[in-house]
Amino acid sequence: MSTTAKRLDDKARGGFARFGTTRIRHGELLRHPVYTRVLHWSVAIFFILSLLTGFAIYSPWLFHWIAPLFGGGPRTRALHPWFGLLFTLFFFFQSLNWWAPMAWTAADRRWMKGMRQYVTNQQRLESEDVGFFNGGQKLYFWAIVVSAILFLITGLFLWFTDLTPRWLVAVSYVVHDLASLVMLGGFIIHIYEGTAHQPGTFRSMIDGTVRESWAWTHHPGWFRAVTGRDPREAYEREERRLNERADVVERSQPDLDARDKL
Amino acid sequence: MANPRTFQIQEISAHPGPVPGQGTRREEAVCKYIDVSTCIGCKACEVACVEWNDHPFRETTFNDTYQTMPTTEWNYYNLIKFVEDEHDGNLMWLMRKDQCMHCADPGCLRACPADGAIIKYENGIVDFQQENCIGCGYCISGCPYDIPKFHPKTNKVYKCTLCSDRVGQGLEPACIKACPTGCLKFGTKSDMVQIAGLRAQQLREVSGFANAGVYDPPSIGGTHVIYVLHDIQQPERYGLPANPTIPPSYTYWKWIAKPAGLLMAVLGIGAVFFHRVMYGPKLPQPEPPELRTGPTEEIEAGRKETP
Repeated sequence: MSTTAKRLDDKARGGFARFGTTRIRHGELLRHPVYTRVLHWSVAIFFILSLLTGFAIYSPWLFHWIAPLFGGGPRTRALHPWFGLLFTLFFFFQSLNWWAPMAWTAADRRWMKGMRQYVTNQQRLESEDVGFFNGGQKLYFWAIVVSAILFLITGLFLWFTDLTPRWLVAVSYVVHDLASLVMLGGFIIHIYEGTAHQPGTFRSMIDGTVRESWAWTHHPGWFRAVTGRDPREAYEREERRLNERADVVERSQPDLDARDKL
Repeated sequence: MANPRTFQIQEISAHPGPVPGQGTRREEAVCKYIDVSTCIGCKACEVACVEWNDHPFRETTFNDTYQTMPTTEWNYYNLIKFVEDEHDGNLMWLMRKDQCMHCADPGCLRACPADGAIIKYENGIVDFQQENCIGCGYCISGCPYDIPKFHPKTNKVYKCTLCSDRVGQGLEPACIKACPTGCLKFGTKSDMVQIAGLRAQQLREVSGFANAGVYDPPSIGGTHVIYVLHDIQQPERYGLPANPTIPPSYTYWKWIAKPAGLLMAVLGIGAVFFHRVMYGPKLPQPEPPELRTGPTEEIEAGRKETP
């Protein structure tokens, strides 16, 4: 990434940090600063608006359900390209923001090979070379970069259908659809992983922080980088602490039972 | 309007022989016949079209030919194309009335994503319903003849209606009524095809146009506007595509992708939901140890207990 882009990103990050705050409590780590969070939700809002308006035009079965939400068919059609354009704009800044941590590494290739274990929850702890983002997150990011470019180019052709050659509109129509299906698939998995599948993740995009245990579980490489501690050791220490605590509770349990029986 | 078939005689008492006209059916498919060899380029059809549809006259352009504007427009459905065609050292001045071809398999209709914006009648007329049009313009790229035109103020697309309002009242389209040479005719599809065939034969046998023929391209199932051309081998000389086609994006892709995409979305949401149900969450590790003597037995015992 060029230095100009990096400077722009640093400046924006600094500016947003002055206005917004992130409160980091004991046992927590800063995951996403204010600027990243604002970008993420701007992207998310316009993605969802684009998805809904796009789905209305995409499918005759959804047209009558979704189009009224945006003021009817013509208004839906008129709004969709603007939503898409704003999505692309915010995602452009988002990609500058995440360009460096999203770089593809050997660790990500290994992660992709072990995806089966990841998906079936066989691996409770991520392997120690997983940094700020894992291979799956990076794959999703780069899929969006590619589809966003395709969306933008084909979207402009489809926006001005009366000025574009016939064959180009016909080709763009298919490419736009394909890009949206890739995005939709990734989007469903993204929301699931960020909420129901991995508790403790969603708050990283709202409050900006995560628990330390979350960090050494899901991103051990990043945990080591920001705390300087060994993730495995930290995990084992916590396990011992919890076991001791459980022992104490169990030992006191019979007494409670005895009291109940009295 | 009452169905004229209702009062068609089915049986006749004490009538010897078959019932006259039994089982006959009026042909519903209509067709416009255009004989380019007798068109004189008078533009009466253009004026009639503009008048009937109550369109304002457009500004014309000048390019050293009789061509007053390059293409049809949202308020100019019907335009004679003047082609100065040099062929085998001869100059031919070809005049072709250009308008919607009312294809039997209309590309505009295939491409349209808005419910009810484009309809095809039983009689073959393809008509735009502007109140349902969302202004996406896909029909423009679906059309092999570059006919639908976008109106930037209303954000709707317009084209020739084959005067569906007149035809509905039993009248011929306005352009037909105005034609002074009889190069335009209107009737049933089979009648027009027959007349066109005879005229083409006449051109071949009498007028020396060995390649004369009827333009009714089968690649889009035929059209409800047919041309008699003096050279059917090369319709491109008149600016007509020899094999007009609808882009596969609006046929195969649309039929596969629309249901497949929705199915993918539903399956995707279902997959993540049941993944959560089957595999459970990925909690930050370590999780607190499991209870060694759990309340499970007590609960079970409590459930079996009878008061």
